[in-house]
Formats: sequence, C-alpha cells, structure tokens
Amino acid sequence: MSATGSSLNNPRPGPPLWLLAELTYRCPLQCPYCSNPLDFAETRDELDTESWFRVLREAREMGAAQLGFSGGEPLVRPDLPELIAEARRLGYYTNLITSGIGLTEAKVAQFREAGLDHIQVSFQASDPELNDAVAGSKKAFRNKLAMARAVHEAGYPMVLNFVIHRHNIHQMDDIIRLCEELGADFVELATCQYYGWAFENREGLMPSADQLATAETKVNAHRERLAAAGSAMKLIFVTPDYYEERPKACMNGWGSLFLTVAPDGTALPCHSARILPIEFPSVRDQSVSSIWYDSPGFNRYRGDAWMPEPCRSCDEKDKDFGGCRCQAYLLTGDADNADPVCGKSPHHDRVLAARRAADHATAPLAELTYRNARNSRVFAKA
Amino acid sequence: MNTQVPRLRPGFRFQWEPAQQAHVLLYPEGMVKLNTSAGAILEAIDGQRSVAEIIAALEARFPDAGPLANDICDFLEDARERHWIILE
Repeated sequence: MSATGSSLNNPRPGPPLWLLAELTYRCPLQCPYCSNPLDFAETRDELDTESWFRVLREAREMGAAQLGFSGGEPLVRPDLPELIAEARRLGYYTNLITSGIGLTEAKVAQFREAGLDHIQVSFQASDPELNDAVAGSKKAFRNKLAMARAVHEAGYPMVLNFVIHRHNIHQMDDIIRLCEELGADFVELATCQYYGWAFENREGLMPSADQLATAETKVNAHRERLAAAGSAMKLIFVTPDYYEERPKACMNGWGSLFLTVAPDGTALPCHSARILPIEFPSVRDQSVSSIWYDSPGFNRYRGDAWMPEPCRSCDEKDKDFGGCRCQAYLLTGDADNADPVCGKSPHHDRVLAARRAADHATAPLAELTYRNARNSRVFAKA
Repeated sequence: MNTQVPRLRPGFRFQWEPAQQAHVLLYPEGMVKLNTSAGAILEAIDGQRSVAEIIAALEARFPDAGPLANDICDFLEDARERHWIILE
C-alpha cells in the first residue's frame, strides 16, 4: 500500500471518550464571557429527547464514558431527568454543568434518584453584588449559594467553578474561603479564555500580568495550606492562554477525545469550533460514528499534514498540535495558522498587544456587552 | 494499614470500559485509565474488606505472583494521597 499521503499522518483516531451535550443555548444569565456563539439566539430548533437518546447511545457504544450536560442552562430542558436516567443506564459518568439558576432541592434529589453523578455549580464572584452584576441577574448569588449547599448535602461530589477576569481576580482569598465553607471537592478558578462573548469583551475582561501574578501566588499559598491540613479540596487554576509562550494542546488534539453536540445537533470537535469556516456535520443526518471517523470536519485538523510553518518543522508539534484552531482563526483570520499564543508564531505580536492593553484597561463592568438575546440578534444581523 | 478498610471516595466510580479494554476510575469531569494491577486492587475494594483481607484475596487470585502485600499497600497509600480512596 502507499506509504505516502495522509494515511500515515492521519491514523484512525481513538474513540471520543468525552461527550459534551449542549442541550440548549437558552440561559437566564447574561455573563459577558459566555462561550456560546454570538448568534446563539438564531438557534431555535433544539434536538428532541429521542434524538438525544440516540446520540447518547451511539457515543457510548463507541467508548464515550464522561458525559457533560451543559448549555446554555441545561436546567431549562424539561426532559433533563429522563436524559440523566438514560445516560446513567448506558454507563456514563454524568456531570451536570449548571449556573444553579432553576435548581431546587427537589430537583437535586430527583436527579440523584435518576443517577446523576456530579453537579458543577458556577459562580461569578464571592459576593452577591459583584456576582449578580457579572451574571446580569439580581438574585443569582443567593440562589447559587443555597443550591451549592443542597448539592453537598445530597451527597454529590461538588465542583465549584469561578470564571476569573480583571473584575473578580482580586477576590481569590474570599473565593477559596467560600468554597471551603461550602465543602467543595474541586474548585476551578478558570481564567477567562477569549472565545465567543469573551473575545468580544476581551479588553474589559483580561487581567493584567500583575493581577495574574498576584492571584497565582495566592492560589499557591492556599494549596500549601490545604495540603498541610490534609484537605481533599483541589484547586485548579487555569491561566489564560494569552499569558503563555507556548500554546495549549487544545482539546488534546482535534477530534482526538472530545465530541460536542450543540443544541441543534451540530457535532463539533470543541464547543467553540462552530465559529470556524468549516461545515460541521449534524447528528440529525449522520450517525455519531460516521461523524467522528469519516466527516471532513472532524478530519480537518487531525494528524499534522495540514500544518504550515512554523508548526510543520517544530519539534513540539506532537505535544501541542499547533495549539487552538479557534484562537488562530480569531486572531489571524486563518484557522490553519499556528496559535498566536506561541512565541514562534509570526502573529504573536497580537497577543502581546492584548497584554499591553490589559495593563492600561479601565472600562467598568457595565460597559461590557452582556450575553443576551437582544445583543445576540445584533451579532446575527452583522 | 492492615486492619483499615478502604472505600472509594464519594463521587468516584470504578468500572470496566470495553472500548479501552481497561478498568477506569471516573470522577467529576475526569477519568483515569488503570493498569491491570491497579484495576485488580480497586476491583477488590468493596467498602467491607480490610486491607489484609484484600491482600489475601488477591494472593489467592494470583497465586503465581508471589507476596503482594508491599505492592498493594504502596498502591493504596498512593491512591489515598490522590484522594481516590478513603482508608478508615
């Protein structure tokens, strides 16, 4: 057989081990860093229960073991308990990724009964004023607090997620103390990555290098304190790509482990990939298996034959796979390019310019473009 | 350690994955693929048996492997430090 061509560079990938089921783009909150597409309001035709059952079954047969129910806010789907029960029956480890808005103690118990393994509650800050200002909702914090307590009391493991940006990064001590008080097992301190709405709002969200260094020092001090006390609470601090000199191995490689199915059935290698000028398949038209193994969209960036320089001859290309395609597209207009986060990228100056801007940014929170249907329709028209 | 009883940390699940031909440990948003010996040890954890009983059971199951106490205790200590299991 031919030893040239793409077969050597594109060996058959392993199965998707992680399925992210974005059940809906609807959400009661308006966080200005939402990872949903800017034109989310145009998506009205959500997959029905039976279609989700089929997606869950097909992906599980291929080997998917971790399942995230996400959104939008997945709680707005009335069939969520049925989806949880079916997923658990199929053998998935089921994660509900929620804002906590719309959750009640009865639902927490009902989901437990259905077999839900874990609930991740997101917070926007450690105090009600800032939390509710970021979320664009007046009662969000109170509700989240009550639900985090209910989740813990029901015996779930608990991950608390805080998206960190320049307006809340000074709260690291308070955030970690709040998480301890709530009995979190894992705390994700996820510094904003700049996709979707966060890219639109980057100047108003990105922390300065000084802010970031201070936060990291605090997190490390808390880690040492927790370890010395024998605490099992784990702090996961995600630094923003924009302060790295080498790109992340995005999604562990394109079409390598992760499969996202968007509310309308579009299948994606990651939840932000639908911004790319690539035609992605839909689970309405194809089986999950043919999407994963055979579709042009999922094969587009597998292997390394697609890479231009400087990635092509780089000895780190097997480690980072050229970084993130979405970041390359957003920052250079061409998704084939090296992720500009990389110091070797000819476009790295754009990342450096964003860092400089972050040192001088002064815009208040209220000037950000909030994620809501009205703003989304403006993007859809443009 | 011998009289202690190990159990999985709440929210952690151990299961066989045919697609990976391996036992895995599943936890919030994570998965560890286990090698054969780690899989065999975790499979023997049922929240009832003590470490000594688990050692005896595994030595009976793998008679050609020789004494297993050290390897098992090392693994359990490691798993406890990673907060996969609780030893009480």
